[in-house]
Amino acid sequence: MAAILPAAIIIALVLAGFLPVFLIGLKEGLAPADPYLLHVAGFTLLQAGLSTVLSLALAVPVARALARRRFRGRGFIIRLMALPLALPAIVTVLGIVEIYGTRGWLGGLFDVYGLQGILLAHVFFNFPIATRMMLIRLAAVPPESWRLSAQLGFGDRHVWSRIEWPQIRVALPGAATLIFLLCAASFTVVLTLGGGPKATTLEVAIYQALRFDFDPPRAAGLAIVQLAIFAVLALLAHRVGGGISAWQSFRSGAVRYDGSSHLARFGDFLAIGIGAAVLVPPIAAVLSSGIAHLGFGADVAMATITSLGIGVCSAAVSMIICWPLAQAAARRRCWSRLAALSVVAGLILPPAVLATGWFLLLTRSSLAIPAPVLVIAMSMLMALPFVYNTLAAAVAESALQHDRLCASLGISGLDRFVRVDLPSLRRPLGVAFLMAAIVSLGDLTAIMFFGSQDFMTLPALIYRQMGSYRIETAAGTALILALFTMALVMLAERWGAER
Amino acid sequence: MIGLEDVAFHYEDMAMRFSMDVPEGAFLAVIGPSGAGKSTLFSLIAGFDIPLSGRIAIGGRDMAGVAPGQRPVSMIFQDNNVFGHLTLRDNVAIGLSPGLKLTPSQQAETDEALRRVGIYELRERRPEEVSGGERQRVAIARALVRDKPALLLDEPFAALGPSLRRDMLDLLREVQREKGLTILMVSHQPEDARYAASHTAFVEQGRVLAMAPTEEFFGKRYLPELREYLGEWRS
Repeated sequence: MAAILPAAIIIALVLAGFLPVFLIGLKEGLAPADPYLLHVAGFTLLQAGLSTVLSLALAVPVARALARRRFRGRGFIIRLMALPLALPAIVTVLGIVEIYGTRGWLGGLFDVYGLQGILLAHVFFNFPIATRMMLIRLAAVPPESWRLSAQLGFGDRHVWSRIEWPQIRVALPGAATLIFLLCAASFTVVLTLGGGPKATTLEVAIYQALRFDFDPPRAAGLAIVQLAIFAVLALLAHRVGGGISAWQSFRSGAVRYDGSSHLARFGDFLAIGIGAAVLVPPIAAVLSSGIAHLGFGADVAMATITSLGIGVCSAAVSMIICWPLAQAAARRRCWSRLAALSVVAGLILPPAVLATGWFLLLTRSSLAIPAPVLVIAMSMLMALPFVYNTLAAAVAESALQHDRLCASLGISGLDRFVRVDLPSLRRPLGVAFLMAAIVSLGDLTAIMFFGSQDFMTLPALIYRQMGSYRIETAAGTALILALFTMALVMLAERWGAER
Repeated sequence: MIGLEDVAFHYEDMAMRFSMDVPEGAFLAVIGPSGAGKSTLFSLIAGFDIPLSGRIAIGGRDMAGVAPGQRPVSMIFQDNNVFGHLTLRDNVAIGLSPGLKLTPSQQAETDEALRRVGIYELRERRPEEVSGGERQRVAIARALVRDKPALLLDEPFAALGPSLRRDMLDLLREVQREKGLTILMVSHQPEDARYAASHTAFVEQGRVLAMAPTEEFFGKRYLPELREYLGEWRS
């Protein structure tokens, strides 16, 4: 079967990350009571927990307010909430530094380098995700329930306890585990805003052990702890379910009869105001200072070409790997489970753990694999779940529609691909390609692990410019990266909607 | 009992203008093609929609500016009449107290209503554990404890089979007699009107085109629109 090769490639790549970490980490890297390791693991969990609580605490009132108010700009705010997830993390981190940094518009309000900055950035990224998950639940309330509550004379308190809270409560566990997972694996935010050994997470500590201390066994030890935390979290997330469903468009929705008091009105607009105050300034800062300092130096041009090249290559490779898997999964039940499992393997394994394993394997076997190949392979693994899910759904539908007809007409192989699949699956194929390119374009992890002075993508260049306190130059570069990303996102949205 | 005078409303490009007078103690069936404005008519009476002009009076009292919860009506929808996370008993009791804090006499009242509609044994179950007909009985029981003089039902039994529908119509007529209710019911089934309703009204294009005692209504066929809707040219 044609699907065996791609499945074997994925499993080999994942094992090449996992096995060396496991073997060397257990043998050389783990000292049980290492105070540094305990501190880093503790900080990882602490910041992820605080980020989760703060994000949810903000999301609940914002979701409630957006669900029951109708005003001009409501749709715009909801669309804006998709932005933190779509934009490369380094771009928004830069925006946060520009707003809350010592010389920022709101400088001195928070200490951006350290726990406060990390929490601020994580709330910025994650409260919109939680808000949207809750909005989806609230939008699912049948219109009759609002009418019923009006007729039965429910006050706002009872609308909350009888209708709104039971809906929000359903979304909470899924949102909480997802946010905790994202924050525990957060690399870009902690790398840029974490202040040295005091405020660092496992993901970043692994990177520092490998690239600065040249201490692979220690990196492997840290990686084992990260792996253990992730295994528990992934199991938990699997039980809780949830995850982000597709970005639904929120139609104007049901008519509401509650929340008409002045106090409720004031509270709702206060919540929306606070949400907007968290969301808008960093994005606006990148935009305005990026426009003012837009520059195309040789380094920017080089990094742009590198970024696009890696994006195109990793998208192409992930398509080539996913296509036979999706084909097999559409027709054989056993393959559909195996494919789904191997695809998420790359997601469950944190990127830093994967990188550590490859690093160990290469240094100890003195294999020489060019850095771009490693970066492409890693971006590809990160993009696999998105690409596979899009392709698998489309291919399954096409199999259902065309298989019998093609069999009766004797169309198969390349003919089938060119005459039937390619024309009918043009849009989903395009969307899958774009999603892989978006993931690769915004990624900082792979390039930080395997890149160098001469091999740099746009996110890595921005990080370097920020590191040498050229914030304004970095803003110009960030705007270029943001524009590329947004162009791809808009194209993907358009193609996705046309299906 | 329920009077509408030139009540104007716009819904998705359709201009509506309703006038009618429902006598006290009537069981009025409202029939008409879908999209004719039957549900909007009920929403206006219940206060979910506010008329652009005209006057709605219930029991002689002008309803302008009266919130849905303050109006002397209960409404039952085709679906979603219950809160999924509450037991059937709580779904009835919530009609007496939104906080579900009941006095002993209110508890007795709730149990009595559950018995009256025949779901007392199911009272501790949740809505997803009972049938569609039983869920509609919950709504009727809640209307009983709320004890409002008028009951509006918007296609309440559309999802039920013919014999179950008869049972529900019988139940409605019984509670109507016991409580002296005025009932308005939207239906897609002219035979429901013939079976249970004392009066029948025909709504089309946002207007009440005809309203008469049921016998008379189906006997005359004086309206071409009604003949077309019923699809029978001979009677």
